[in-house]
Amino acid sequence: MGSAGDLILQQLINGISLGSIYALIALGYTMVYGIIQLINFAHGDVMMVGAYIGWFCTTVLKFSFLPALIVAMFLSAVLGVIIERIAYKPLRNATRLAALITAIGMSFFLEYGGMLIVTPQTRTFPSVFPQTVYTFGNVAFKYGDIVIVITTVILMLLLQFIVKYTKTGKAMRAVSYDKDAANLMGINVNNTISATFALGSALAAAAGVLIGVYFNTIDPLMGIMPGLKAFIAAVLGGIGIIPGAMLGGLAMGLIESIVSGIGYSTWRDAAAFIILIVVLLIKPNGLLGKNIREKV
Amino acid sequence: MKLFNLKNALILAALIAVYAIVQMTAVAGTLSPFYLMTLVLVCVYIILSVSLNLITGYTGQLAIGHAGFMSIGAYASAFIVVKMQGSLISGLLFGALIAAIAGIIIGVPTLRLRGDYLAIATLGMGEIVRIILLNTDYLGGATGFSVPKSVDWTWAFWIMVVSVVIIRNFINSSHGRACISVRENEIAAEAMGINTTKYKVMAFTIGAMFAGLAGGLYANYMYIIQPMSFSFLKSFDILAMVVLGGLGSITGSIIGAGLMTILSAYLANFPEMRMVIIAVLLILLMIFRPNGIMGNKEFKLNFLISKKER
Repeated sequence: MGSAGDLILQQLINGISLGSIYALIALGYTMVYGIIQLINFAHGDVMMVGAYIGWFCTTVLKFSFLPALIVAMFLSAVLGVIIERIAYKPLRNATRLAALITAIGMSFFLEYGGMLIVTPQTRTFPSVFPQTVYTFGNVAFKYGDIVIVITTVILMLLLQFIVKYTKTGKAMRAVSYDKDAANLMGINVNNTISATFALGSALAAAAGVLIGVYFNTIDPLMGIMPGLKAFIAAVLGGIGIIPGAMLGGLAMGLIESIVSGIGYSTWRDAAAFIILIVVLLIKPNGLLGKNIREKV
Repeated sequence: MKLFNLKNALILAALIAVYAIVQMTAVAGTLSPFYLMTLVLVCVYIILSVSLNLITGYTGQLAIGHAGFMSIGAYASAFIVVKMQGSLISGLLFGALIAAIAGIIIGVPTLRLRGDYLAIATLGMGEIVRIILLNTDYLGGATGFSVPKSVDWTWAFWIMVVSVVIIRNFINSSHGRACISVRENEIAAEAMGINTTKYKVMAFTIGAMFAGLAGGLYANYMYIIQPMSFSFLKSFDILAMVVLGGLGSITGSIIGAGLMTILSAYLANFPEMRMVIIAVLLILLMIFRPNGIMGNKEFKLNFLISKKER
């Protein structure tokens, strides 16, 4: 009895760490979708770029964790704005198909452009944390687990604060509610959309650095799978809804570590996609989504 | 309009000429195996891109799981040929049939979803198929499944021609027009009495079937098939061909498939460069010419026949 309980508890801890990372990435997806109804496929790759910036800061520049995290977040935010301005802004009034294809193109550009620059080899992230393992009974959690959860909670609180109580956040909510009306009220829609990309990309970069720290290795294609899973998490929670992304991310992480825990780790990725299809079929608006009737 | 007018006769003559030139130079040995392989792959990709164009270009449903159907067809035909000792033609037909069934099973629930959700659901479906194949040791698992090479230029070329003709005739039929109306405005089409779900599933199933056929050709040509070669990347390649050629243009898809396959063959030694070029090409295309090379126009030989016959 005890060992089974411990195993479940252990998987829960792993799941929460992984889920926090997914939640951070999912927030970017959900915010961008909420404001311009675009699935930003390149989001996972922005995370990859963030991880590489973090790696560069910690190995070459010998930064410690926190400055590396901040530099990575800042530079990725800039990258996110550049991507939005170059690739998505000219397509604001084009069909959704065109925008989606551009997003996929951008994603491949970052992946393989990155491969040309940093070579396809995997790099080892230096251990910026002490490798302490705390054990309570038979359940072990690493120093890294605690850092991930704390970082995620702080960033989410910060995001909630920005979205709820600042002028930019108010503008974001207004634009996602009704772009034209917001424009008439004197809100600079373009800058607000750029701000959304900046915020989302910064969160993705944080997730990238945390992934690097947690799994110790990074490579140019690392963004694909976490990116897709975070998107699934966003859909699971209800796309466009910020608390939904957090909930969906955590749920995703937990499900994944449970599937691995019961010995089906090769089916882990399939589980994620099956969840997606089930959610889309049963409740396409997500767990926290509201039913919106389509008007002609 | 008669079936055997000057236009159709000319198209047939041109097809026979292309076939004969390649076949003769291949037999004589002047055409290197590398070029012949590229040409066979062009045929396979033409089937794939024209069938995806039916789903995405004509019916307006963005599906990025085409490699999933291709892999279903490839493995099903390889199963018949290798494990059941069946003939090539039975393998190809079985592959197409299984892919069509998979198309129905996946299409019925997912086609109720709106645009971008459908894209993600089909992407997920393609990945699920790949993971299932990766974990099925009976069909080779991750190491791959070896299949004897039995497809040659003759098979690839004429199956391609037949597929394109069937899809073209479907699009020009009343069913095809219904599909186009779904693309133009789903709500209006529904108001006009068109069963939109039925036509979406129909287009999706036909598209899946031809993708399965192309997969069968691919499997019986390449000696070995691996789940890795049917990943999201391949779906994206096919989508890029369709978009490059023009959504809603069959001749456009043929041009797109030809250009992309030849480009890929020349850049085969620089895979990263190839992907960067394709990505940049797609982004620029979407920004500056979202209709692709042909738009939704067709390259036609109509000027050859008299006005009366049109």
